[in-house]
Amino acid sequence: MAQAAAKHGENHAHGHDHGHHDPQEMKILGFWFFLISDVILFSVLFATFIVLRDNTAGGPILSDLIKMPGVIAETFLLLTSSFTSGLAVLAMNQGKVKQLINWLIITAVLGAGFLALEIYEFVEMVHEGFSYTTSAASGAFFTLVGTHGLHVSLGLIWMIGLMFQLKKRGITDVTRGKINVISLYWHFLDVVWIFLLTIVYLMGVM
Amino acid sequence: MLERLKEFASEFFVTGDPLIYGADVAIGITIIAIVSVLTYFKKWGWLWRNWLTTVDHKKIGIMYIIASIIMLFRGGVDALMMRLQLAMPNMDFLHPEHYNQVFTTHGTIMILFMAMPFMFGLFNVIVPLQIGARDVAFPFLNALSFWLFFLGAMLFNLSFVIGGSPDAGWLSYPPLSELSHSPGVGQNFYIWGIQISGIGSLATGINFMVTIIKMRAPGMKWMKLPMFTWSVFSTCIIILFAFPILTVTLALLFLDRFAGAHFFTLDLGGNPMMYINLIWMWGHPEVYIVVLPAFGVFSEIVSTFSRKKLFGYKSMVFAMLIISFLSFFTWAHHFFTMGSGADVNAFFAVTTMLIAIPTGVKVFNWLFTMYRGRIRMATPMMWTIAFIPCFIVGGMTGVMLSVAPADFQFHNSYFLIAHFHQVLIGGVVFGYFAGLYYWWPKMFGFQLEEKLGKWAFWTWNIGFYVCFMPQYAVGLMGMTRRLSTYGWDTGWWELNFVSTIGAFLMGVGFLFQVAQIADGIRKYKTLKASGDPWDGRTLEWSIPSPAPEYNFAVTPRGDDVDEWWEEKERRAKGIHPPEPVYEPIHMPKNSSIPFIMSVFWFVAGFGFVFGWLWMAILGLAGVGICMIARSFSYDTDYYIPVDEIKRTEASLRGSV
Repeated sequence: MAQAAAKHGENHAHGHDHGHHDPQEMKILGFWFFLISDVILFSVLFATFIVLRDNTAGGPILSDLIKMPGVIAETFLLLTSSFTSGLAVLAMNQGKVKQLINWLIITAVLGAGFLALEIYEFVEMVHEGFSYTTSAASGAFFTLVGTHGLHVSLGLIWMIGLMFQLKKRGITDVTRGKINVISLYWHFLDVVWIFLLTIVYLMGVM
Repeated sequence: MLERLKEFASEFFVTGDPLIYGADVAIGITIIAIVSVLTYFKKWGWLWRNWLTTVDHKKIGIMYIIASIIMLFRGGVDALMMRLQLAMPNMDFLHPEHYNQVFTTHGTIMILFMAMPFMFGLFNVIVPLQIGARDVAFPFLNALSFWLFFLGAMLFNLSFVIGGSPDAGWLSYPPLSELSHSPGVGQNFYIWGIQISGIGSLATGINFMVTIIKMRAPGMKWMKLPMFTWSVFSTCIIILFAFPILTVTLALLFLDRFAGAHFFTLDLGGNPMMYINLIWMWGHPEVYIVVLPAFGVFSEIVSTFSRKKLFGYKSMVFAMLIISFLSFFTWAHHFFTMGSGADVNAFFAVTTMLIAIPTGVKVFNWLFTMYRGRIRMATPMMWTIAFIPCFIVGGMTGVMLSVAPADFQFHNSYFLIAHFHQVLIGGVVFGYFAGLYYWWPKMFGFQLEEKLGKWAFWTWNIGFYVCFMPQYAVGLMGMTRRLSTYGWDTGWWELNFVSTIGAFLMGVGFLFQVAQIADGIRKYKTLKASGDPWDGRTLEWSIPSPAPEYNFAVTPRGDDVDEWWEEKERRAKGIHPPEPVYEPIHMPKNSSIPFIMSVFWFVAGFGFVFGWLWMAILGLAGVGICMIARSFSYDTDYYIPVDEIKRTEASLRGSV
């Protein structure tokens, strides 16, 4: 821990000498802009889904296939993981590297659970004849929800990579910036999921 | 075995067209020449260390511009081939299928692989220098953006000799671009070429927004920002909101073709109109993306060469921001004829007319800046002055097109073709040329001779009007776009013939420019430029030409819009700045990851184009490994010691 603090001090000095721009602050701002572009990306997919969701071409209809208990379990897992990723950041701000890694592990496990349930849900749907190529509606559904799932998967790989870096280097200015960024990303995926839950699932079954 | 190999090769390589065979030979000879020159002069290491792995914004900018000029050549040859085919009725120079490919690649290359990189080149070279920064916010990402663009462009161009070019128009409307109507690989090249370079464009947009927000010199408040930097900022806002739309749209089209989805197909519930809406939601903002920086360039030039402050600074800023906002609400004017109904058409007609207002404000600002200025007629200023009438005519015909009922007459005619070439050549190309001439000494440290530049200017300009004015007329006479041939009975041939002459005149203008640059390179030692060859006004002129790798030895202040001009005035009054106190400068290290990662993207794209999943997976795995490698590398920067700065400054300032 002491080592981590020392390293942190050293990096901090680098960040602020001779009126230099703080690189971590710039990275966070840049990441916010990236998130804006991701919002646009999801908006287009949502719009596509809304336009196409009734174009089932005589095939199965999404609302008949949604099993709410599974969806609620997914929601529960992902929302909890967002909470634990927040706890991870709190641990980081207190300089507790071990606790930070543990919270990240819990976050990743919850995220993986979410993904497992989502994949199971997809497989079930395909078994019922609602596959990717069945109709415009099915393609739009899988693309929209699957893009979110892909984001979660990439986030998981990224998070695991960061755990190794934390283990090796402790909490420094650089790793702190990285954790801040991934927690932003993780919360963002949570927000997107709320929209998925509302627009795709709840509006689908009602 | 041999038979199967032969069969594969005959489908893999484009065959049967003498023009393509000629190109094959030319490409082969060029590659052999480049490789042997590099080997003979032992320049591979130099190429790798100084260019392929560089993260220096100035070098990246130069690479962007070189690539875009090569693409201008290719797109220009496409244009001349089309004009040759249309010069006379019933011409048999290009077959209809080949003609389709040529107009598709012409449009795509000119917008995405010529205008965009030219623009990014100017961003890169100038913005950090104008705001007094050492580099952009994310130098590594900047290099990655460039290589993604470059390899995306190479992938697109490969379609020319391997697999076959796309031929569904520059925006690839479905259902024509769907598997049902375009079963070949051409459309896949289109999708992946643009997709890969599009990721780079989005990253550049983010990069420059952060750079401008966070890295301005002390004292440089928002309303003190040089106008070119303002134009870059408003463009980046549009990029940030528009490019994700393009990414998704192309991804969906690819999923239709590759994975059998039905977003835009004619069967199983697909909706082709949705594609057309989505692509124009990106496509219309895109034209403002490319034109706003040109407005920025003109603003800088007009003020420098009139020796006056820019007239109406604030109105210029607001005009740009209003344009970037309104640009998102005009997209449906591209398809007034597709039956959206009167209300929708009326809305989009009004927004389109509205956007002409801020543009008009700018024109008056430029004119009033020139009014009572002491104007110098150097080539950058000549291009600027020529732009104004050209853009006014282009803008007015744009307003004509925005009148929805009248558009039913103009739609998809040569009137439209003439209109958008007038705003894109007269606005964008003239603007980037002006910028290139203006900042050339800053980039390379020597001046270009004006004489050939003036020849180029006049041939380009006369050629432009000779080429496109007849097209307005022939459009009103009923000639539609994408027509590969026409008969004697149409009465179109005289106008078309004149238009072709104009196109070739512009080609001659391009050759003059190449000659001018070649001549400059030959004599560069005698043409050495000072740090401030034009008597400039903004901070980029306060440092030597070309700028040292760290740009500013001491962080400058930016208290005034024309900070360097004010500084010169102060010096004339005998007020000199204090002796500089040097400090070690923090610099990013070179990295090979951007280049390697982009090559993997290229491999993945190529795999997807031909449906070779193993290759696509290999490429994507390589991309992933590169990202992880980057995440795990902590040794990414270094410091330039004070001694070295002193030595560099002494040698540079000594010669100024």
